[in-house]
Amino acid sequence: MADEPKEPQPAAVPTGEQPASKPSPVSGAPSAPAKPAAPPAPLKPPVVLQTPLNNEMVARYRVKFGAAIVDAIEDRKQAILVVESGRLEEIARYARDEEKFEMLTDLTAVDWPKREKRFDVVLNLYSFAKNERLRLKAQAADGEEVPSVVGVWVAANWMEREAFDMFGIVFSGHPNLKRILLPDEWQGYPLRKDYDILQQDTAWVRENLGIESGQ
Amino acid sequence: MGPQHPSTHGVLRVVLKLDGERVIGSECVIGYLHRGVEKIAENRTYQQFAPYVDRMDYVAAVSNGLGYCEAIEKLLIVEAPPRARVIRTILTELQRIASHLLWLGTHALDIGALTPLFYCFREREEILKILEKYCGARLTTHAFRIGGLQYEAHDTFEKDVERFCKDFESRIVEYETLLTNNRIWIGRTKGVGILTAEDAIAFGVTGPVLRASGVKWDIRKAMPYAAYDQYKFEIPVGTTGDTYDRYLVRMEEMRQSRLICLQAIENVPAGPIMAKVGKVLKPPPGEVYHAIEAPKGELGYYVVSDGTVQPYRVRIRPPSFINLQAFDRMVRGHLVADVVAIIGTIDIVLGEVDR
Repeated sequence: MADEPKEPQPAAVPTGEQPASKPSPVSGAPSAPAKPAAPPAPLKPPVVLQTPLNNEMVARYRVKFGAAIVDAIEDRKQAILVVESGRLEEIARYARDEEKFEMLTDLTAVDWPKREKRFDVVLNLYSFAKNERLRLKAQAADGEEVPSVVGVWVAANWMEREAFDMFGIVFSGHPNLKRILLPDEWQGYPLRKDYDILQQDTAWVRENLGIESGQ
Repeated sequence: MGPQHPSTHGVLRVVLKLDGERVIGSECVIGYLHRGVEKIAENRTYQQFAPYVDRMDYVAAVSNGLGYCEAIEKLLIVEAPPRARVIRTILTELQRIASHLLWLGTHALDIGALTPLFYCFREREEILKILEKYCGARLTTHAFRIGGLQYEAHDTFEKDVERFCKDFESRIVEYETLLTNNRIWIGRTKGVGILTAEDAIAFGVTGPVLRASGVKWDIRKAMPYAAYDQYKFEIPVGTTGDTYDRYLVRMEEMRQSRLICLQAIENVPAGPIMAKVGKVLKPPPGEVYHAIEAPKGELGYYVVSDGTVQPYRVRIRPPSFINLQAFDRMVRGHLVADVVAIIGTIDIVLGEVDR
C-alpha cells in the first residue's frame, strides 16, 4: 500500500471535527443516536497553546544576547527559545554554564520547505539543577552552515551527524561530519519533506530491472 | 568486530584500533537496521504509527508504546484515566524486569557465564506470558492506545502479577548467588569501562548507565508520568561507574520494579480505561517533547503537529543510540576481551540505535 497522501488526507472536511465530543468505543457508548449532537457545533475553539514566554530566564537571555533571541514561546507548558542560528554555539555555552542546562538531551531538525529558511535545528536541553527542560531552536536555510555544538556537549557529535544524514544540514566546526545511519554513497536526505518515500524504490527498480516501477 | 559478531546483540560493527591487545581507539559503524521509522511516521496517521514504535526497542516494546501514547496525549491535551495509568505502569515495570533479565542473561553469557541465561529466560517467559494473556502478543505488543488502553485487564491479571512478583524475589537471589561474589565475574567487570559522572552527563548518557556513575536521576521521579507519583521506590546509584556497578544498579532496579508492581496491584482503581478521544486524531498545531524512563534510559518523543491527521515530524530520542556514543570513552585502554563486556554493559538494542 504505502500511498503517501501529499496533501495529508482530505479528512479535514467531514468527519474529523469531533475530536473531543465523541465517546470512545470502549467506554460503553450505550446508543447510536447520541451522535447528531456533535456536527453542528464544530469543536474548534481557538485554543491558544502557544503563548509568549516572559520569565526571568528569558529576560536574562535577552539582556545577554539581545536581538539574537528571536522569540520566546511556551507551547503546552514547554519553554522554547528561538535563537539566531549564527550565535547558536555561544548561546548553547551560556545555557550550559550559566543557566545550568548541563545535558543535551536531543538535537534534531524539522523541515519546513515553504519557509524562507527551511530548517529548524532543535536542541532539547535538560537541567539537573533545576529539573527543567528548555528547547532551543535555530532556523537555517538550505546550504547555510550552523555552528556545531560539539564543543559544548560531546553528545552532539552523533546527533549532528544524524541531522546531516537525514536533512543535509551542515554543522560548521564538527570534527567528523559524515553520514551515520545511511551508507556514505546515499543520494539525498530522506527526512526532507520533498524526499518521496517511493523515490529510492523506483530508482532501484529502474536501474536494476530496467523497467518502470508499478508502485 | 562485527557486524555479525555474537556479542554485538544485533548488527553493530565496531572498528577497533589496537596496540597489541589494547584498544587505543574505536569507531562504531551503525545503521544496518535503519528502517526510516521517523519518515514512516510522517506518512501514517497517529494511530497507525503506534505499532511501529514497538519495533525499535523490541525487547521492551511496552515502554516504547507508553512513551509514544503519552507524547501524543500531551499533544492532544488529554489524559488517560487513572485505571489505564495504573495498568500501564504495571505492564511497563514488568517489561523493565524482562528487559533487564534479557540484558543480564546475554551479558553474563558474553563474559562466559552460561547458567544465568537459562535462569533469566525462565522468569522472562513468565512476564511474556502475562503480556500475552493481556494483549495477545509477547514481544511487539502494541499494548496501549492513544488515550488509554484498548483491552481491559484479564480476570487473573492481578493474581498473575502477584504470583510472579512473589516468586521473583527469590529468583533475584539466585542470580546474585551465581554472580555477585563470583571471582571471575568480579575480575571481568570491576574497573572495566569506567564512565565518570561528568563524562556521562556530557555524553547525554541516561538510564542505569548514568545512575551507575553516581548521578541519582530517574525520570520516573524527576518528572513523573503514568502513575509513578503514587508509588514508593528507590533509585539505586553506583559509585565508580564501572561494569560491575552497572550490574548492581540493574539488579536493584529489578527489585524496585517488583516493589512498584506489588504496590500497584494492591489498588487498581476502577473506572474507564479510555479517555475521550475521537476516532480521527487531529492534534492542534504545535509541538511537544515527552520522555519516559525506558529500561535503557531516557526515551523521548519530539512530535510536531500541523493540525492534520498525520504527524508533521516525529523525532525519537533513543537511549541506546546516545548511550552507545560513550562506548569509545569507556573502551579506551582496555583489552579486546573487555570490549565484549562493555558492549554488553551499555545494554543496547540495535533496532533502537538504527531505527
